[in-house]
Amino acid sequence: MLITLFEDVIIQTTCRLLVPPMQLFALYVIAHGHHSPGGGFQGGVILGASFVLLSVAYSIDDVKRRMSERLNVIFCSLGVIIFGGIGVVCLILGANYLDYGIFHKLLSVDIPLARALGILGVEIGIGFTVMAVMISIFLNLASGGKHEDAVK
Amino acid sequence: MKFLAFFIVAFTGALLIYSTLDMPDWGDPHSPASIHVSPRYIEKTLEETATPNMVTSVLADYRGYDTLGETTVIFTAAICCILLLRRVV
Repeated sequence: MLITLFEDVIIQTTCRLLVPPMQLFALYVIAHGHHSPGGGFQGGVILGASFVLLSVAYSIDDVKRRMSERLNVIFCSLGVIIFGGIGVVCLILGANYLDYGIFHKLLSVDIPLARALGILGVEIGIGFTVMAVMISIFLNLASGGKHEDAVK
Repeated sequence: MKFLAFFIVAFTGALLIYSTLDMPDWGDPHSPASIHVSPRYIEKTLEETATPNMVTSVLADYRGYDTLGETTVIFTAAICCILLLRRVV
C-alpha cells in the first residue's frame, strides 16, 4: 500500500500504471544485454528511475518503505561484490582474473557460452549497483540528506 | 591578470584546434584506432564469446577489468554522497 494520500490523481495513477512495466523492462534490458542494446548500466538506471518516479509522484517515505536505506546500501555493495567475486571464482578455477572462459569446467557448457554467461553475471552485478546508487544519490540530493519530503 | 587568463585560454584552444588537423578523418578505416584491435573485436566476438552484441562483449569481457573500475567509481560516488549529505534529523 502506498501511504501518501491522493494529491494529484492523474500523476499518481499514471505513475502507478507506469512503474511495474518500467521495472519489468529494466530487467529485460539487463538480461537481454547480450543480444540487443542494453546491459547492466542502462537497465540499472531504468530500475533506479522507476523508484525516482515513485518518490516524485508519491513521497520519499513510500520509496523508503519499498527500498529501505539498509537494503539500498547492501544492494550498492552487492553489485560490486558479485562483479569482483566472479573474477575471484575465475582465479580459483585457475584462469586469469575475469577470464570467464574457465566457467566451462563449472557449468559443463562450451567456452563461448561460458563467456556469455560470465558476461550475464557481471551485468547483473552492475545492474544492482547502478540501481542502488541512483536511488541513494537522488534521495540524498533531493532532500538535502534528511530523507524527508519538502512538502508534507 | 584577466587579459593573461584570456590569452592562455585562447592560446590553448588554438593549439588544440591546430592539433585536430593532424587527426584522421571521421570513420577513416585506415586510422590507427580502426586497424589495431577493432577488427579482432568485430570478427571474433561471436566466435569467442557467443555474444552477438559487440558493445557488450567489449564492455564486459574484453575490457571487463575496466568495467569493474567503472562500477567501483559509481559505488564510491554513492558512498561519498551518503557520507557528505546524509544526516539523521
